[in-house]
Amino acid sequence: MRELPLLFDSVGVSIGATPLLTDLSLTLNAGAPTLVIGPNGAGKSTLLRLAMGLIAPTRGRVTWGGHQDPAPRRRAMVFQRPVMLRRSALQNVTYALEQAGVAKETIETRASALLAQVGLQDIAHRPARRLSGGEQQRLALARALARDPELLILDEPTASLDPAATRAVEDIIAQAADSGIKILMASHDLGQVRRLAGEVIFLSHGRLREHSAAQMFFENPKTPLAQAFLRGDIVLET
Amino acid sequence: MPEGLSAWQLVVSGDPALYAIVRLSLMVSLLAVGLGALIGLPLGGLIALVRFPGRGALIVVINAMMGLPPVVVGLLVFLLLSRSGPLGSFGLLFTPTAMVIAQAVLIAPIIAALTRQIVEDLWLEYRDELQAMGVPPLQRLATLLYDARISLVTALLAGFGRAAAEVGAVMIVGGNIANHTRTMTTAIALETSKGDLPLAMGLGMVLIFIVLAVNASAWGLRVFAEKRIG
Ligand SMILES: Nc1ncnc2c1ncn2[C@@H]1O[C@H](COP(=O)(O)OP(=O)(O)OP(=O)(O)O)[C@@H](O)[C@H]1O
Ligand SMILES: [Mg+2]
Repeated sequence: MRELPLLFDSVGVSIGATPLLTDLSLTLNAGAPTLVIGPNGAGKSTLLRLAMGLIAPTRGRVTWGGHQDPAPRRRAMVFQRPVMLRRSALQNVTYALEQAGVAKETIETRASALLAQVGLQDIAHRPARRLSGGEQQRLALARALARDPELLILDEPTASLDPAATRAVEDIIAQAADSGIKILMASHDLGQVRRLAGEVIFLSHGRLREHSAAQMFFENPKTPLAQAFLRGDIVLET
Repeated sequence: MPEGLSAWQLVVSGDPALYAIVRLSLMVSLLAVGLGALIGLPLGGLIALVRFPGRGALIVVINAMMGLPPVVVGLLVFLLLSRSGPLGSFGLLFTPTAMVIAQAVLIAPIIAALTRQIVEDLWLEYRDELQAMGVPPLQRLATLLYDARISLVTALLAGFGRAAAEVGAVMIVGGNIANHTRTMTTAIALETSKGDLPLAMGLGMVLIFIVLAVNASAWGLRVFAEKRIG
């Protein structure tokens, strides 16, 4: 079964009486990365958790390749704050491979290849929870790539990294995108959005304000909110 | 204190009567921990992960059982195993097996309660990641029990400590029969009342040593895990 197209059909999410997302419709197809931007609290993480099937919409529906079963098949996610299993870096990857149903004989080779891909081969046997923030972020990426995803969801994967580490993570993401993986990623870093995005989703106050090709969005944002956001004006979520 | 000196001599000279009692006690308590773990680990894990009707009541019962005095647990097991009780036909009363059962009943709730807390905390941490990896429920439990193994061993050691130190339950269902069901704690109670202080004090020393050793291993394990597992 395929994961794409990912379809949001008039989706709303509320907790109690508080709406986190309101009447959101969008279609995501294979192709260049889709970057989700918007102020703190705009609903970016909520949107990504819906796309991953971790929460159910209160209204409307989400479908993956036309089906409604939220069990992840070829989807993977890197969280805003990834949690490392209490195991070595290598075992974090082999665990993900096992869960993805990879044949036992190939797990070892696949795991080494994934660690090499994210540049962690030399610290494969270190406890994952002792790694630095940037290393953990890359390990989380390796774990996600272990699922051989068709759709890879990333929630601000470089938020607390220095420029070098950010570049390392961006390279891995760009590589994954080139290999045909659809990227859906939240980011606060407009430079990063320019570097990676094929299209942009702009959220504020839990509503989708713009969904357009990256170039269009940066050159000619349609809504005043997006214009202000791009100018660097403070767009408050109140 | 001359008794202290002769108690010490009993311990260091490897007095056979004393060490026979120590061996039986350790055997009973270790088997009780094994049995208690067999019940307490999966039970605690399930309560942590599964929402079902009566879950709250079960947690209250388990917590209450943790606080029960051992003599009451002993009495309950006694009634179960006595000739007219539901399990009377097995003839287990006043055997080491009966003592293992009573101590297992005593510590299974401790292991279950600690396991629930440990697994629930780790589940809160792991939930998103495991869900995103599509891990099915039983494997979630296995993963959580495995990744929490160090804390869980500490829970088992706590259970062992309670088993080794209690006197009421083994006294009632074991009967404190010499060379058969006499444990360190029941022997201490008996010898003290008989006035044979050296044996009582010797056993007391061994018991203190065991409890210290158990706590030292719990500590050592923690330090080791901090370094190796993170
Ligand atoms: N479980 C919850 N209960 C109540 N409010 C919540 C819950 N989860 C999220 N929210 C609220 O919903 C809003 C959107 O949250 P979300 O995490 O999606 O924002 P975000 O765009 O990812 O923000 P950030 O840039 O800070 O990561 C926030 O105001 C948040 O406080
Ligand atoms: Mg967020």
